Amino acid sequence: MIEQLAIFSENKPGRLERITEALAEANINIRALHVASLGDMGVIKLIVDRPDDAFRALGAPAAVRKIPCLAIRVPDRPGALYQVTRVLTQAGINIENASGFAVSRREAVLILEVNDVPAAERVLTEAEFRTLDESEFEAAVG
Amino acid sequence: MSSSDMYDPNERISRESLAQLQLDRLRWSVAQAARSPHYGPLLSDLRLTSDSLTSLDDLQRLPFTEKQHLRDGYPYGMLAVPKDRVVRMHHSSGTTGMAVAVFHTKGDIDRWADLIARCLHMIGLRSGDVFQNMMGYGLFTGGLGLHYGAEKIGALVIPTGAGNSRRQIQFMQTFETTGIHIIPSYALALLSTFAEMSVDPKDLSLRLAVGGAEPYSEGTRERLQEAWGIPFYNCYGLSEMQGPGVAFECPEQQGLHLWEDSYLAEVIDPDTGEAVEEGEEGELVLTTLTREAMPLLRYRTRDLTAFLPGECRCGRTHRRLARIQGRADDMFIVKGVNVFPLQIERVLMSRPEVGHNYLIVIDRDGYVDRLTVRVELTADAFRGDLAQLREVQDGLTDALRQEILVRPRVELVEPGALPRQEGKAIRVVDERDK
Repeated sequence: MIEQLAIFSENKPGRLERITEALAEANINIRALHVASLGDMGVIKLIVDRPDDAFRALGAPAAVRKIPCLAIRVPDRPGALYQVTRVLTQAGINIENASGFAVSRREAVLILEVNDVPAAERVLTEAEFRTLDESEFEAAVG
Repeated sequence: MSSSDMYDPNERISRESLAQLQLDRLRWSVAQAARSPHYGPLLSDLRLTSDSLTSLDDLQRLPFTEKQHLRDGYPYGMLAVPKDRVVRMHHSSGTTGMAVAVFHTKGDIDRWADLIARCLHMIGLRSGDVFQNMMGYGLFTGGLGLHYGAEKIGALVIPTGAGNSRRQIQFMQTFETTGIHIIPSYALALLSTFAEMSVDPKDLSLRLAVGGAEPYSEGTRERLQEAWGIPFYNCYGLSEMQGPGVAFECPEQQGLHLWEDSYLAEVIDPDTGEAVEEGEEGELVLTTLTREAMPLLRYRTRDLTAFLPGECRCGRTHRRLARIQGRADDMFIVKGVNVFPLQIERVLMSRPEVGHNYLIVIDRDGYVDRLTVRVELTADAFRGDLAQLREVQDGLTDALRQEILVRPRVELVEPGALPRQEGKAIRVVDERDK
């Protein structure tokens, strides 16, 4: 399991700049980024190298939440994602949000937000998938 | 102009006779007010009875009545008749601590209709006219107020209320509407509907319009008159005094005649409470002279205006008020609806998802007033997903709409994103031009 930071922000120019500036000043490295907007509101999701330091760097009043996620290493070939979703569906686990990216020609990393992280971790491990912790995630993305 | 052109001979009453009439009616009104839970003890303590009133100046011995007295006494604190004699109630927006109820006997309704008939007759409405009342009906006084008066004139009254723009225009065509009652900003917005329907308002049977419920500039009035091809007459009123028809423009359109046989008017400095010099701007204070169910004495309207000097060419002897220039409090009007920032504040404070810093912005989307409430999300309330943010936003929008009766846009901003202010916070920014 790894932690994503979810940051609330108005969907207006300058907001992402302010956030990335604060993180840059604290020497935080962003490994993955996802921005979702709904009208004037947005949520910025980040995977960073030092989540606790990042949390502090964003400032006391900021609306930031740590979201536990599953990071899963899969082979980068057709059917890999299907294998993962099939296991979760059979266990009755819902995927709330997801993103994924290839990390080399042979491998990809999936980031999944699910409604029951411990249960998901268990069924995926039983199905012989590799769920990653922070340091394993760092190693996987290179 | 002869008296026969006037609906009521009192419109030309001499100033001396008017003063005597006012004194007689003031004495009646004070005796009537003494029957209410609010004024009874007050007048008794001051030993102010109708007998002890020997001149209009004696009124000055009374303290002012404020809206807060009506709110505190809600609902029957100001009622001066037994409840079974009340035939109508009108009511403001707002819930506990912010609401005002205004009551009317049958006599009050008749006198209100009569005053409106006087106003409408003054601008030329007659029994052959077709009057489309495009103002909100219900608890607001704008709809029913003009309705009864126009009916009294004998005009055909079409109670469309507001909205349904295409149908409004179809009615004007089908029924050959000659007069309308409308909010000025709606009258501007309708010009787009006319264009969409390829109808020129100047081609219709319209002869006159009454603009009410919100202030608007002389420039806007000119634009309306130009586009519609008819005069727009200003109407002033407030529910506590009855509703619309407290003051009204004559065809000269040089100020609004305040009906001094029905209301005793004072203009005061809102900070000191002292009367201002003749013709100076100040806060309008009104005393009812004929209201039976709920007489009000020295009621502070919070409207800023001035009496215009000199006599009106129309021959009416009731003094004219300048158009309302502003408020002595923080109330504002959006789409014809009165809103107090405190109402918004109380809703926001009752919701833990938002902080205590907020900003109300009023602007226009084209011709239509738009109200936006910007409020900081509480850091703890953020769960990390957009759906929850939408829920917070929707929940706030509904709660606000229920309180102020206008649907605002709610903008959630980051904690600390709104400017921090030293001293008295500026909570309202009104970007509409006057």
